Amino acid sequence: MTQITLDNLAHSYLPNPQSEDDFALKQLDHVWKDGEAYALLGASGCGKSTLLNIISGLLVPSRGRILFDDKDVTHQDTVARNIAQVFQFPVVYDTMTVGDNLAFPLRNRGMDPAYIAKRVQQIASMIGMDDLLKRKARGLTADAKQKISLGRGMVREDVNAILFDEPLTVIDPHMKWELRTQLKALHNEFGHTMIYVTHDQTEALTFADKVVVMHDGRVVQLGTPEELFDTPEHTFVGYFIGSPGMNLIDAEVSGSMAHCGGHSVPLGGHYTAPGGHVQIGIRPEFVTIASGEEGLPVTIKRIEDVGRHQILRAEFAGKPVNAILPEGMTVPAGANRLKFAPERVNVYADDWRVTPLHSVSATTKEAV
Amino acid sequence: MDKVQNNKAWFLVLPVLVLVAFSAVIPLMTVVNYSVQDTFGNNVFFWQGLGWFKQVLTSSQVHSAFGRQLMFSGIILAIQIPLGIAIAICMPKRGFWASVCLVLMALPLLIPWNVVGTIWQILGRGDIGLIGFVLDALNIDWNYARNPLHAWIIVVVMDVWHWTSLVALLAYAGLQSIPQAYYQAAKIDQASRWKVFRYIELPKMAGVLLIAILLRFMDSFMIYTEPFVVTGGGPGTATSFLSIDLVKMALGQFDLGPAAAFSIMYFLVILLVSWVFYTVMTNLDKAEGR
Repeated sequence: MTQITLDNLAHSYLPNPQSEDDFALKQLDHVWKDGEAYALLGASGCGKSTLLNIISGLLVPSRGRILFDDKDVTHQDTVARNIAQVFQFPVVYDTMTVGDNLAFPLRNRGMDPAYIAKRVQQIASMIGMDDLLKRKARGLTADAKQKISLGRGMVREDVNAILFDEPLTVIDPHMKWELRTQLKALHNEFGHTMIYVTHDQTEALTFADKVVVMHDGRVVQLGTPEELFDTPEHTFVGYFIGSPGMNLIDAEVSGSMAHCGGHSVPLGGHYTAPGGHVQIGIRPEFVTIASGEEGLPVTIKRIEDVGRHQILRAEFAGKPVNAILPEGMTVPAGANRLKFAPERVNVYADDWRVTPLHSVSATTKEAV
Repeated sequence: MDKVQNNKAWFLVLPVLVLVAFSAVIPLMTVVNYSVQDTFGNNVFFWQGLGWFKQVLTSSQVHSAFGRQLMFSGIILAIQIPLGIAIAICMPKRGFWASVCLVLMALPLLIPWNVVGTIWQILGRGDIGLIGFVLDALNIDWNYARNPLHAWIIVVVMDVWHWTSLVALLAYAGLQSIPQAYYQAAKIDQASRWKVFRYIELPKMAGVLLIAILLRFMDSFMIYTEPFVVTGGGPGTATSFLSIDLVKMALGQFDLGPAAAFSIMYFLVILLVSWVFYTVMTNLDKAEGR
């Protein structure tokens, strides 16, 4: 059990990186606390797998250090770091039985056979493969193979951390949920530090205590699922998390008011006029439909019924704006305005969130 | 819509049939024809039945040639397959040197059989050949024209030189198709180099190795030109393999009947061994998957 510290880390796949663009992983300082379950969330190619391989020791970073507790392990290999890793595509040893596959990491470390047998049995029942232990791994389905890979990742009890590199990509949706629950249970039971790379927000939000969102080789936010939802620190977090993502509208902000193309939108806080490219962001969950003079005038394009709720797709000044409406609600005739809950509106300058000076109290809000 | 029935499309197959007839069926049938007939010349043939087959099957000369042939193929496979795999594993996986290695490996494969024979015939000679000269200088009594063991050594070494590349290239292709994640996982599982080979590389190479073994078996079982050029089948009959015997019989003594019977059985043996081999290997594969 170890705390993993990334100190000034950066990585480029080029031998002589010149500009910042050459780096797959831009400068990064981060602490993975012992025993927490992290999700590393980001679009494909944002550097998450690179980061994972650096932590596990499969890659040596171009710059910076990795500390396990206080020990510098930057140039140590995977074996010395004692890390388990599960890959995106199932890696099984075809000619071995399922049981031998699970026992492989333990046997290679010369553990006691009685212990190995017990541990393999334990892991097998956890991944639901008790009755397949004697079967050859060849010819199993992709998700069975991936379950073996997961099992092999978890079979060692003394690892410093378990890393998962999009492990559920090839698994059927119903199995995904089950395996994720098992991983979570395992985490609660053993308390390993777990880092789980994914591009699927549901996976990240259900698995992890803390989610690290990466974008373009940078960590843009580290937070609990609630924090990512309520106060996305970067517009990327806003639109990557949530379905549909956060609405972003160009605006001018002064005091507790935003002005979007001549229309005023009340905000939940006071801001000194931020510079750069200013946008306001509001999640579709906090957008309501209205008629009359209040709110932003929009053109309603269509309404999608997705079961639990409806998504209203509209346009404001040629840019899409979405709202989530409760199930069964019919849009009243003549409704052509969208109102935003002021305390839910975030302000962004050049994609980064601007912290309000102080929030607008209840009385002043009425005055507005 | 009514489907138009038009079987004229079968005529399109005709050119292939004609080609195959001239290239395979007719020559083969000529051989079959000779194998059951005898002649006293003047192009007059009479029915011989299975006589030639019996004669060939009971001939001690053919038996010993068959034994030598099996031994030769066995030695060749036992050396070339492990050596080829070892070379493939040692070759660089990418970059400039990978290309250099590939070209170097492909070179022996491009040299015509009789040229290979000539090269080694000269290399092995005691008077002007490098190998023979060096061995002589080391006080080793080297003479592949008189000593059967030396003849075998030079024929085997020549074949290894000529054909190990083929095995190596096939194994290399098999190795290249293994995803990087397997090696990374093995590293994390702390697998030794031997275990990586035994549990990752070997199973993944099994398919191409099967092809390599089949090709090398068939080719070595039919070998003719190189030993003919180097040793001429000698000394005595020490390196007279099946095809050398066959040519002697067919063209040297002009015993067309026995030679034809011999050819047919030779062909059937190769076909049979290859088929058995292939079936066993693919069934092993399936059984493992169960």
